[in-house]
Amino acid sequence: MISIDHLTKQFDTTVAVKNLSLDIQPGEVFGLIGPDGAGKTTTLRVISTAMNPTTGRVSVSGIDTGRDPEAVKQIIGYMPQRFALYPDLTVIENLNFFADVFGSPRAQRAELTERLLRFAHLTEFQARLARNLSGGMQKKLALAATLMHRPRVLLLDEPTTGVDPVSRREFWDLLTEIHLEGVTIVITTPYLDEAERCTRVGLMYRGELIACDTPGKLRAEIGAVVLEAQSAQALAARRAMEASEGVLTVSTHGDLLRLLVDRAERQAALEAAWRAAGIDVQNVRVVKPRLEDAFVLLLTDDGRRRTEKENSVIGRPSSVEK
Amino acid sequence: MDSNPISLFTENLTKHFDHFTAVDNVSLAVHRGEIYGLLGPNGAGKTTTIRMLLGLLSPTSGRGAVLGFDIVKEAEEIRKRVGYVSQKFSLYSDLTVAENFNFYGGVYGITRQTLALRRAEILRLVGLDGQDDTRVANLAGGSRQRLALACALSHQPEFLFLDEPTAGVDPLSRRALWDLIYDLAARGTSILVTTHYMDEAENCHRLAFIYQGRLVAEGTPHEMKEQAMAAQVVEIDCDNVDAALAALRAASQDAPPGHLFDEVALYGSLIHAIGAHAAEHIPRAREILEAKGVSVSSAEPIVPSLEDVFIARLRSIDSTNH
Repeated sequence: MISIDHLTKQFDTTVAVKNLSLDIQPGEVFGLIGPDGAGKTTTLRVISTAMNPTTGRVSVSGIDTGRDPEAVKQIIGYMPQRFALYPDLTVIENLNFFADVFGSPRAQRAELTERLLRFAHLTEFQARLARNLSGGMQKKLALAATLMHRPRVLLLDEPTTGVDPVSRREFWDLLTEIHLEGVTIVITTPYLDEAERCTRVGLMYRGELIACDTPGKLRAEIGAVVLEAQSAQALAARRAMEASEGVLTVSTHGDLLRLLVDRAERQAALEAAWRAAGIDVQNVRVVKPRLEDAFVLLLTDDGRRRTEKENSVIGRPSSVEK
Repeated sequence: MDSNPISLFTENLTKHFDHFTAVDNVSLAVHRGEIYGLLGPNGAGKTTTIRMLLGLLSPTSGRGAVLGFDIVKEAEEIRKRVGYVSQKFSLYSDLTVAENFNFYGGVYGITRQTLALRRAEILRLVGLDGQDDTRVANLAGGSRQRLALACALSHQPEFLFLDEPTAGVDPLSRRALWDLIYDLAARGTSILVTTHYMDEAENCHRLAFIYQGRLVAEGTPHEMKEQAMAAQVVEIDCDNVDAALAALRAASQDAPPGHLFDEVALYGSLIHAIGAHAAEHIPRAREILEAKGVSVSSAEPIVPSLEDVFIARLRSIDSTNH
């Protein structure tokens, strides 16, 4: 559905996207993740035809974005990070406005508007000014506006940033419905629990795609074992382990410790070390890796060195800058 | 922590806007060196509370003090001694990192000499060392947040207000930022933080849930999970989660109230089924899923996550309201 072929995008002296090649199949929910400045937003902007590639090509449904951007715009819906709703217009006025901008067919408009209002749970708020909607409702309205011309491809740039957990769940329920209707979705998100819901995830770093696979595979092939433990002195327990052999990363979440180690046998040595240091750590156990673990491992120095040495346990060999 | 002196308190703090009560009788206390998390959906009153504590907005009724200064009568004294990072902290995008830091330090009346000394240390602390001459326009979102924090630290505040400091920040930078928050707290800085990331909320020493302007629950993350939630959570690991989710939701809707699950939600790649007697319904859930051809690898009761608690709280308040 979307074909990216050796895409490079350069701004002045910064190379935002570097030689990116990626094919996204019809019906995928493709998640683009990566640290700030990795090139995710630029990639979406090029697909959306808002920007031209410096070199390389992008096509959507076989149409080249550079050669026929108007035709591409008919197919895609693009929701940027700061989607510009009109604060002084009501919900329904905003929808009608965007329908005009996107040239959605007038004949079916009333029916489509009604359907999208219902879909976004905004029917009872249709007369409310957009500025009086909560953050989560504004995002849902922006999504509805993006759908007014029935796009077959949806590009969403961090649609849930700054949205509370309840609204975030509701937003993803909407995306699931859209997905089930066969729309191809490309989404960027800083929430890795959201990335778990994607059919495939691409991890970008400094303009390059350094890993790309299903969440299940990325999790299964992290090349590390995840240990969890509880401690009232979690921070001390963490400091004591940071430089230990075989420990790749340690993080604390309240009284919970999460350690990535190179192999499960390390557990006994770790427990002994905590005991020797007089730190009470309980309930040490091996748990299932999360996408966040894969993310952290791929992006920390350790992870980078390891992946290079073993010539990558993840889809693509990494060629990260030193 | 409770034995430390109180650095902030409010007593029945209330704010009305026209006919709308944004903050409703909120009483809370933050001790020195404590990381206190304020959670709640968009529009719950978190930011309004912070604005009153900073003396930017005067309360309709109630009172409060920060570092011993009254929020109404001595707001000037408070602002001199606290740091504040808002959701939309204004950095000057045409200025460099160093220039922004110096500008904010200047506003707080710090001499150039002292600033030059502190700048190196603080920029290193927030992970922006070596970026002194980078223009803010060229910084990614997460780096801007860290610069905003650096600017708020230039006068070495005793109290730090962080309003969604990690919105849109990638997981690695979030960890780095939280390590920094821990360090500051360990040195005696008191911190009031709002966030929509429930895994971050786990990092707080104490939490308050705010909903519709009211403080509806307060405690340590542990207490919140143990006490604030009457319902049980069953975690289900299975394939084809979209179908599984739909099947469990449909069955729960068809069952008489309380006879299956009140809430079925996706949690990363796992399903959380929540209800007063959720654990008893595990065999029934397995039957439902197997009938749909979903293969279940595990289904077990778990300690609820803070996100489960958060959503259950809000749902129960909503259902008593209606």
